[in-house]
Parts: sequence; structure tokens; C-alpha cells
Amino acid sequence: MSVRVGKTATAPAFPVAAKKAMQDDQLRRNVHHATSVIRGKRELRVAEMPDWQRLRDAGHAIKDHTLLYLDHYLEMFERNCERAGGKVHWARDADEANAIAIQLIQRYGGTEAGGIEAIKVKTMTSDEVQMNPALEAAGIHPYETDLADMIVQMGEDQPSHIVVPALHKNRHQIREIFIKKMELDSLGDQPADLADAARVYLREKFLRVKIGISGANYAIAETGAVCVVESEGNGRMCLTMPDVLITLIGIEKVIPTFRDLDTFLQLLPRSATGERMNPYNSLWTGVHPGDGPQAFHVILLDNGRTELLENERERETLDCIRCGACLNACPVYRETGGHAYGSIYSGPIGAILSPQLQSMEHSRSLPYASSLCGACYEVCPVKINIPETLIHLRGRVVRENQETFLGSIAPENLGMQLAAHLFTHPDEYEMAQSLAAIGQKPLMRGDLIGPLPGLLGGWTKFRDLAPIPSQSFRDWWKSREKQQHKEAR
Amino acid sequence: MRIALFVACYNDTLFPRTGIAVTSVLERLGHTVEFPMQQTCCGQMHYNTGYHNEALPLLRQFVETFRHAEAVCVPSASCVAMMREHYELMAQKENDEILLADVRALLPRIYEFSELLVDCLGLEDVGAYFPYKVTYHPSCHSLRMLHVADKPLRLLRKVKGLELIELANREQCCGFGGTFAVKNPDVSAAMLKEKTTAVEGTGASICAALDNSCLMQIWGGLHREGSPIRTMHLAEILAETEATQ
Amino acid sequence: MSESGTARAEILRRIRTKLPPQTESAAASYARVPREYTQCGSLDHEAMIDLLIDRLVDYDSDVLRVPKGGDVSGAVAGLLAKKGETRLIVPPQVDPAWVPAGLDLLPDTPPLKTDAIEGAQAVLTPCEVAVASTGTIILKHGPVQGRRVLTLLPDHHICIVREDQVVESVPEAFARLTGTGDAPLTTISGPSATADIEMTRIRGVHGPRRLSVILIGL
Repeated sequence: MSVRVGKTATAPAFPVAAKKAMQDDQLRRNVHHATSVIRGKRELRVAEMPDWQRLRDAGHAIKDHTLLYLDHYLEMFERNCERAGGKVHWARDADEANAIAIQLIQRYGGTEAGGIEAIKVKTMTSDEVQMNPALEAAGIHPYETDLADMIVQMGEDQPSHIVVPALHKNRHQIREIFIKKMELDSLGDQPADLADAARVYLREKFLRVKIGISGANYAIAETGAVCVVESEGNGRMCLTMPDVLITLIGIEKVIPTFRDLDTFLQLLPRSATGERMNPYNSLWTGVHPGDGPQAFHVILLDNGRTELLENERERETLDCIRCGACLNACPVYRETGGHAYGSIYSGPIGAILSPQLQSMEHSRSLPYASSLCGACYEVCPVKINIPETLIHLRGRVVRENQETFLGSIAPENLGMQLAAHLFTHPDEYEMAQSLAAIGQKPLMRGDLIGPLPGLLGGWTKFRDLAPIPSQSFRDWWKSREKQQHKEAR
Repeated sequence: MRIALFVACYNDTLFPRTGIAVTSVLERLGHTVEFPMQQTCCGQMHYNTGYHNEALPLLRQFVETFRHAEAVCVPSASCVAMMREHYELMAQKENDEILLADVRALLPRIYEFSELLVDCLGLEDVGAYFPYKVTYHPSCHSLRMLHVADKPLRLLRKVKGLELIELANREQCCGFGGTFAVKNPDVSAAMLKEKTTAVEGTGASICAALDNSCLMQIWGGLHREGSPIRTMHLAEILAETEATQ
Repeated sequence: MSESGTARAEILRRIRTKLPPQTESAAASYARVPREYTQCGSLDHEAMIDLLIDRLVDYDSDVLRVPKGGDVSGAVAGLLAKKGETRLIVPPQVDPAWVPAGLDLLPDTPPLKTDAIEGAQAVLTPCEVAVASTGTIILKHGPVQGRRVLTLLPDHHICIVREDQVVESVPEAFARLTGTGDAPLTTISGPSATADIEMTRIRGVHGPRRLSVILIGL
């Protein structure tokens, strides 16, 4: 098994990566601007819907239900997709998914001189399994066709947002990338100029390349249909023009019925881009003679997802419909951008998804990359209680740490044990209060506490800290009672 | 009414003035305040940081201390959020039916300070006088977990002499987040910077909230920047009268 | 067993091992999903049509209204003339009465080659259903509404919507589409667009850059 979420294996811990990201003023301006715009649009479009909370309840309930009967719905999807001429493959992990894709592409693509080409429409799941490098290694050239994905691919960059992966780049940076990679002599720097350049560059590929690769927003068990939600029309191109279509779908993307789409197609666009409806949704069922690809393959991907099914709190993470609303709402994400999360899944949902898919190995700092402010939960269209899940995962990190010798003697653990002891022994707690008020004296710098050592230094580095008052509340209360007692006598 | 005060460990130690203010407001309104000395901490710091086993005895201690209270007043929204969001869950995880029943019996009698005044005592005007420009930061837990909505604002609007100034982007987190502030100091500081910029933009001389934890963060940022703006818990403002001014 | 067969068995086994056992059938559990959100609109017909027009215009679409029995082909001709378009694609079973005379007409019978479609300037189709609240038209691809590629490559899509095909809400649209077979569906809300560069909305990236809707009255 090689469960992999992007390149997370080599990513530094969040606080380190965040510090670095925040030194890039351009990135921070871009991220701030983009998230503010989408947030504003989302609020406007959600406010139009008096039944929004009821839609969220339905979305959450459909997802919860589906996951509880996941085997049933996956088999039903497989049956109906194959009945309509599709072929369903199953992949346990990233390597298996990539191997299936490569085998299929080589089977249909033959041995073209200079390698086989494929056009791709935005698929987070293929980023998750790092499909592009795997294809390149097999001599296959994948072209990302979503404007933002193309910017990321050409810039040899990493996506920094689930919905707008290149939001960290501004028009000037994008222009530079396009001039270099499209080998252009000149190019304007207006967004329309850049989109035009992409149109011309990709149109030729849409008309010529025989193999398409997509992800899916929904796989409908009842009919075997697959649904892709998009805006630019590159999705329709990739789903319609090639002879062969390969669609990579995480097993959690299956939904029971066609009718369920009416819930999700109301929730997703308003949450993702603040639109009443995104420009295009494509639905197709297997192979349609005379219309679109005449060979259609689905790869159903596990890659760690089944590990989340057992625990109810963890299972809820799989409800995610990848709208990115939690990223835009998150004050942490808005400061750092997506790269700091060291995973293609960034922001609050990334902070709970990546560590679970990867069994915490490489991403133990992510559950702590949140102030637990709850803004993510408030906007989540399928009501994933992300703060609660972060706390749950923190519990796992702590327990795992405490099981190691070094973890058990770490200052944080010792401090927490001491605090827990004092809090359960009120007399000692009271004594500690008095001791602290006296003991802080050497740390005082004028009227304030000076720079503190260790973990607490993180506080005093950026903020002033007033000293502990000489009289605690309980001291005040006791002296007042004494006084009242005296007066009563 | 006999009201038991759970002052919260950090208020007890770092912000005794808030507990004093709560006592003063409630006694001024004719209520009896009790302070059970066995109380310490609600367990939030441990629980939210992942020390779930360590938080459990604190839950038990809280329940033991307050089980007979008529009403419990907590001048800390985040502590109340801890109790409402997690206490039942923690008892369930322990499979402790007795503890669960105790928690369920106690929770409806626990009020955050502004909830106690508005919901339980049915008050908005508590007879306070405070002739200053004040802005209000709705702390995340009061806003998104307790849903106190405009209760604190209604209380502030009834304070004589007080000019309430809207805080820009007010629902955004100040960056405190408990141990987040020290585990991710750089991000926390960047979030704080946005908050202090907004606070300074109001022209107010006081920034108020329902949580001294957030105010400790906001004051720490303002003071480091040399700003004269002070921070005050809502109770401290409501405790002020023409006589105290 | 093949490699994929092994993977299939293992994934299904993992799912069954991890999930708690369920006491009720999938169908019974599914029936309990709450769907208390708005299922049907509440506007009268004219208000609903006005809403659709408002939404379509908001998405930069051109909208024309023609009374029942009115001059549809004249409306089509007018829309084409705006940009001097003459090469028009029509799916095999489009109503011939909608098609203006004097054009360089490209019927999709036999199926047009890709370069012929790419060379066309416009395409004329009806739709299956339109959603007023979101400004969405939904195509059910086939001989009447055309293969998917026909409404993809030309730069201008003219869509004829009968007013009895308009519904107010998304659930009403899906109720109409339920059980209508396996044909591919495309929902279209305005012309192709992106906001990937600095959140600036740019219309017309890869799909048609212009969407015109002709509404035929009841």
C-alpha cells in the first residue's frame, strides 16, 4: 500500500511552512484578494436561498447515508456504468490508479513518436495520486486544461486552493509563465488576453488529442452516470472530443440517485464560486454511440479512504464535495495560502483530510493549524464539523506522542500533566497561583512580562503580556467574605 | 436568584477584575452570588489541545462543584462552548451513564454572562453608565457556538453615555485560539494584526468582548504597537455606574 | 483473479469490515433522508419568465421573446446578423420552420466532421428544460438537441426555449428529467467563463462565447 496525498511526504511542519509563506507579500495580497472576492459572492448567493440550512441538512444526510452503504452503492454504480458501455476498474492506492491509467493510455494510444498525449480536466484526485509525474515517467504527456491548473502545471508549481488552484499568482506572474511555456513573442497582461492565449493554445489540443482524463464530482449509483461541474468549457471539451475517456473517482464521490443532484447542484456552485449555477455541468452514462468518447473507463480509488469509515467523526470527512468554501472562510488559510499545508488539500478540510488519509505520518502539525474559530463549519455546505474533527485528531496526535518516550517527556506534555493535576487539586492550584504571582518577578521588564522561554516565547515574541495580578479572584472573594464576616459580627 | 459564579481559571488568575465586575453587576441587580471554592478549570485548554484523558477529571470536578446550583454564570463564552459542545460527548465516550445524566441535568442551568442577563433575567438595561467610545469584538465561540447574536450589543446599547462603534470585519477571529497562539505564533500574530488594525480604525478607546482570552491577545497586540486602546470584558463595562465614574 | 478484481474484492472487504453493521435496508435508510428544502417554486408564470430573463441577462446572455406562432426564424436571423454570422449548424431533427433562409446551413446529417463544426459560426438547438432561479438551460443530447460537440465548438449558441419548458427551481428541473433515459445532459448557465485570474470574470474561454435564448410564449 502506498497511500499518498500529493507530495506531502516531504512537506515541512505547518508552522515552519506558514512562516515561510507569509514572507511572500505578493502571495499574501493575492490570496487575500481572491478569498475576499469569493467570500463576498458566496454570502450574496447564499443569502438568496431561504432554504439554505435545509439544503445543508439534506446534503449532509445524503452523504452520511451513502457512506454507511458505500459497498452497496459502489457495486450499483459499477453495474449500471458497465451496462451502459463503461468499464470500471478499482484501485487500492495511488500507484495502482496510476498503473491502470498508464496501461489504458498505452493500450489505446499505441506507440506515438514523441510519446502519447492526453488532455486533462481539473481533477484533485489525480493531483492526490500524483498522476502527472507518473504519466510523464511513462512517456505520456498530460495537458491540464483548466486555466488555473494549466498555470500551475506550466509554472511547475503546486495548487494552492481546491477550486482556484492558481489564486496565489497575479496576472503579471501568469503572463510571464505563458510567454515562456507557450513560446509567445508578445502577450498582453489583461486577464482577457491571458484567457485568449489559453484558448488558442488549448483549442488545437482539444481537436487533436485522442485521450481525455477527468475527475468527477458525482457518480450516480442508480443510473451509472457521472457528473462533472465546471465553468470554462474545458471540461466539456475533455469529456466530448477525445476517443477515449478515463475518469478517476474517489470512492466517496458516489451518490445514490439522479435526484440527489438537485441538492448538490444547489449547494456546490453557491459555495464554491458564489454563482447561482456554474456555467456547465456535464452528465454522461457509459458510452453514447455517435456522441463523445467511444471508450470510457472509470477508476474507483480508495487510497486510504476506507480507513476513515469506521469512526463516525472521521467518516464525516468523506462528505466533502470539494467546494473550497472553508478555505475562503478560514482566517488561517487567508494568511498563509494553500502551500503551507504541504498537501494539495489545503485549508481546514485539508487539515483534517490529509492527516487521516496518510494515517498522520507526515501531517501531524495540520490538526493544530487552526484557531478553532468555527468559520469553516459555518460555511460548509454539507455540514462537516471540521473544528470537532480537528480536536478529535489532536487527541490522536497527543495519544501517539504520549506513547513514545520523547513525547512523554516533552515540555508540552509535562506542562499539561502538571496543569491537570493542579486543576484537580484546588488547594495546590491556589498555592500555584500565589507562587506564580511571586515567581514572575525575575521575568518582569518594567510593567510587562519580558520574553518568555520555550513554547511561551511564541506569545511574547509578538504580543505584550501583563503580569499576573497579586490578588487572584478567589483571594479577593476570600478577603471580602472575611470582611463581611467581620462586619456582621 | 442565587447565582453560582464559575469565573474560569484564567479569569481567576489573570483577570480577577472581571469576576469582581460580574459580582458587582449581579448584586446590584439584587441577586445573590456564590463562589464555590472547589472550582478550577472547565478543561477546555486540555481538551482542545488533544489532552482528552486529562480533561475528563476536570469535567467531573466541574459537575461535582456545581451540581446543586440554581444557575451558573460564566463570564467566558469559550468555556461555555466547551461545556455545551463537549461535555455530553466526553461522558458518552466514557460510557458513564451517571456522568452523562449529571451533565444533561446541569447544562441547561449554565449561562454565559450576557445570556444570563438577557435570556435568564430578561434584562437589557442594567443601569450602567460609561461615557466612552466602545467597539465590540464578537469572539468566535460566542458567535458560532453559543450564537449569542446581538445580546451583548443590546446590553451595550443600553449603557448610558456609551457610544458603540461598529468593528470592521468583526466576525473574523482575533488569532488567539488557545494553544494555537503559541503553536503557530506567526500565523496568530498575522491574524491579530488584522484585528488590531480594525480596532484602531474604529477610533474607540475601549475594545470589549465576552472572552478575556481574546482580549488578552488583542490587548497584547495593541500594547505592543503602542496603542492606548484598552480592552474590557463586557461585565467590566456594565459594572460601571455614575457613582463609580 | 485479475489485479483489478483483487483490488475490487479488497476495497469492498475493507468497506464491509470498517462500517458498522446496518439494521435496515439501504432503501429504507435512504427514504429517511430529510428533503425539507424548497421543491417547487411559488411565482406565477410571468414572474417566473421575468426571473429567467433577469438571470440570463445577468450571465451576459442575449434574450428575445417571441409569441407562440411568432417569427422564430426572424429572431434567429436577427441574432445571427448581429455579428454577420452565416454558417449555422442544426441538429437533424430541429424544427425547419425555425431556420432562416439564405444561410450557409450545416445540418448534422450525416454527422459533421469536427473541422466542419469548428468552421461553423453558430448552432441552433432547442432545450429540454430551463431553470428560472439559476438562469440555466438544460440540453438532453440527441437528434433534436444535437450531439454534445455541436453546441461546444461554434462560438455562438442560439437556444430556443418554449415557455412551458421553464421551471422555477432546480428540484423541479430534476423532477422533469428523472427517468427520461440515459442521453447525456449538459446544463448551461451563461457562456463559458472563468475567474481564475485575479477573480476577474472573463467570458468565453473554451465553450461558446455567446449564448442567445429565444423564448417562445405559451
